[in-house]
Amino acid sequence: MSVQARDIAIVAFHQSDCQASAGATNEVELIMPEIRAVMDQVGLRNAQDVDFVCSGSCDYLQGAAFAFVAGVDALGAVPPIRESHVEMDAAWALYESVLKIRMGHADSALIYGFAKSSPGELPIVLSQQLDPYYLAPLWVDTVSLAALQARLMLDAGKITEADMAAVVSRSRHNAMNNPHAQLAGEVSVESLLAQQHFVSPLRRHDCCPVSDGASAMIIATVEQAKAWGKPYAILRGIDHRIESHNLCTRDLTESPSTRRAAEAAGVADGAVDVAELYAPFSHQEIILSRALGLGEGTSVNPSGGVLAGNLMMASGLSRVGEVFQRIVSGEARRGVAHATSGPCLQHNLVAVVEAA
Amino acid sequence: MSDAREPVTGIEAPVYLQYQFTAGRAPSRFLSALKQGRLTGQRCPGCSQVYIPPRGACPACGIATEEEVTLSNKATVQSFTIVYIPIPGNPIKPPYIVANLVPDGANISFIHLLSECVNEEVHIGQRVEAVWKPEAEWDYKMDNILYYKPLEEPDVPVEMIGKLGVDGLEGKQS
Amino acid sequence: MSPTEVLSEAFELGFTYTRSTGPVVGRFLTGLRDRRIEGVRASDGRVMVPPMEYDPDTAAALDDFVEVGQQGEIVSWCWVSEPRKAHPLQQPFAWAMIRLDGADVPMIHCVSAASEDQLATGARVQVRWAEETRGHIADIACFELAEVAQ
Repeated sequence: MSVQARDIAIVAFHQSDCQASAGATNEVELIMPEIRAVMDQVGLRNAQDVDFVCSGSCDYLQGAAFAFVAGVDALGAVPPIRESHVEMDAAWALYESVLKIRMGHADSALIYGFAKSSPGELPIVLSQQLDPYYLAPLWVDTVSLAALQARLMLDAGKITEADMAAVVSRSRHNAMNNPHAQLAGEVSVESLLAQQHFVSPLRRHDCCPVSDGASAMIIATVEQAKAWGKPYAILRGIDHRIESHNLCTRDLTESPSTRRAAEAAGVADGAVDVAELYAPFSHQEIILSRALGLGEGTSVNPSGGVLAGNLMMASGLSRVGEVFQRIVSGEARRGVAHATSGPCLQHNLVAVVEAA
Repeated sequence: MSDAREPVTGIEAPVYLQYQFTAGRAPSRFLSALKQGRLTGQRCPGCSQVYIPPRGACPACGIATEEEVTLSNKATVQSFTIVYIPIPGNPIKPPYIVANLVPDGANISFIHLLSECVNEEVHIGQRVEAVWKPEAEWDYKMDNILYYKPLEEPDVPVEMIGKLGVDGLEGKQS
Repeated sequence: MSPTEVLSEAFELGFTYTRSTGPVVGRFLTGLRDRRIEGVRASDGRVMVPPMEYDPDTAAALDDFVEVGQQGEIVSWCWVSEPRKAHPLQQPFAWAMIRLDGADVPMIHCVSAASEDQLATGARVQVRWAEETRGHIADIACFELAEVAQ
């Protein structure tokens, strides 16, 4: 079969609540309800009914070695299934699954991501992904790196603190319609600007909260989706690009990797009704909107985005899922989803989702 | 780390991270029962298999498990190894036996120690029983059971290991 | 089903790694031990401190080392009003991107200052060496404002 013939259909998606602490819930118990929900949406029994399973998670977040292996207990892997895992956001598990289907090695795939970040000190845990000689031994946390990036933007006149507050205000407003959000409500730009700095120039609300939870998705060939008889959306394009690990060689006020991924995914090939962007810090949403070339006609982060709740290792997949849900509901015809990984938007994935 | 005249060729890069681990719903109930002197498993609502230690899921069916089952103190040796080498941090002196044990009423094995036995006579299918610490010392810990010791009972045929009811061979499941 | 008691316990996960430095990182760290700062010149002529092993544009191995100054200017900074336990300084401090004199690419390190008001983009800072240097990035204990340094 030809590669072009295998369009990818997104058929099901579900995300848990974003909780500050999932308390007495282990990884299996976090994942299980989400997998059950997407299986039920399609009418499948368990992972035996799909051709491939791929997950995204990071054991360091909860400090439990090989927690992702325990996650397989949620699948029904008897007899053995085709399974893979990325130590990344599950948006990259989606990418691997798309390749698997496009290459003809599978007709359907279950993708899930999960995170229990609350047991550790997340910004410090993430400092250990930095250069092991020059940065990790200093324990430079991720919030501080984002603050350095925000200052560069402010100094260059590319944003104002009011622009950042406006992103937060809209996120909290939009999140009022998102039952899974952790932070929601009406907050004015003025009241946000009146808050003290946290890691200046960032205020606490400029930073996404730490959340526990999971999300899951089922994708398939269009033929398989039709056979299942469920509403679906088409994943028209997907691409990801990475920049240097050396933060100081990058232009942190822009996102060339997002721009390139967007070109390859075909973002500009049509109007973008909705965009869900993985911007863990308010100023990064502005960088991303510009890199993606989004204009007035695009509703950005109608879910509230990750400033309203950030499931590390699942939020990227959830961005795709949020766009999918809006397209299937008829609210939008074409949307863009974005996922990020690494400090200061180092690695970016862009997906284009369209109505079938 | 090296002599001042020698070029630096390496660094010490220790990473210590602090966490607050939570056990999860199913393991928490398992540990709470252990504190009361009971060994428990969870039964799958689909295939009826009983798992120990329970993790809240049937890994075969991929469905949630909730029904708790109190298991017997008696168990059957499914497999074992005699450990001759000291393990750093392990206070137990070699040689000692680590075994896969299936408690009566459960369908899969878990790992624990065998003691009060002649190491060379331990065998698959052998019947053993849990030796608990004094009740005053019970905590949310697996080592409330110090070890298992041999029982004077007939061996369980290999094909029956993992298929006994909570009452042992007499109460075997069909 | 009985209501669940939340069982939780603090624990520490430790990785006692040692890392080989290789010729480029090793030379930089050897320099720090001797209280000198060396960068490397990239294919486009930029001097990068700390040195990278490979050129960010051409991927060629880099070995054109250049000693740079121990003073520089702040390119960007943030003020940490509540230092975390793991941070190198326990009083409020700044992280900064600092372009050392003679370098083109800034480096990230911490800056000790009495208060946030003392800091600004473009401010001059200088290295404060650790009392004992051992060939480690923390041989630079921190940077401090050049004006207030002795």
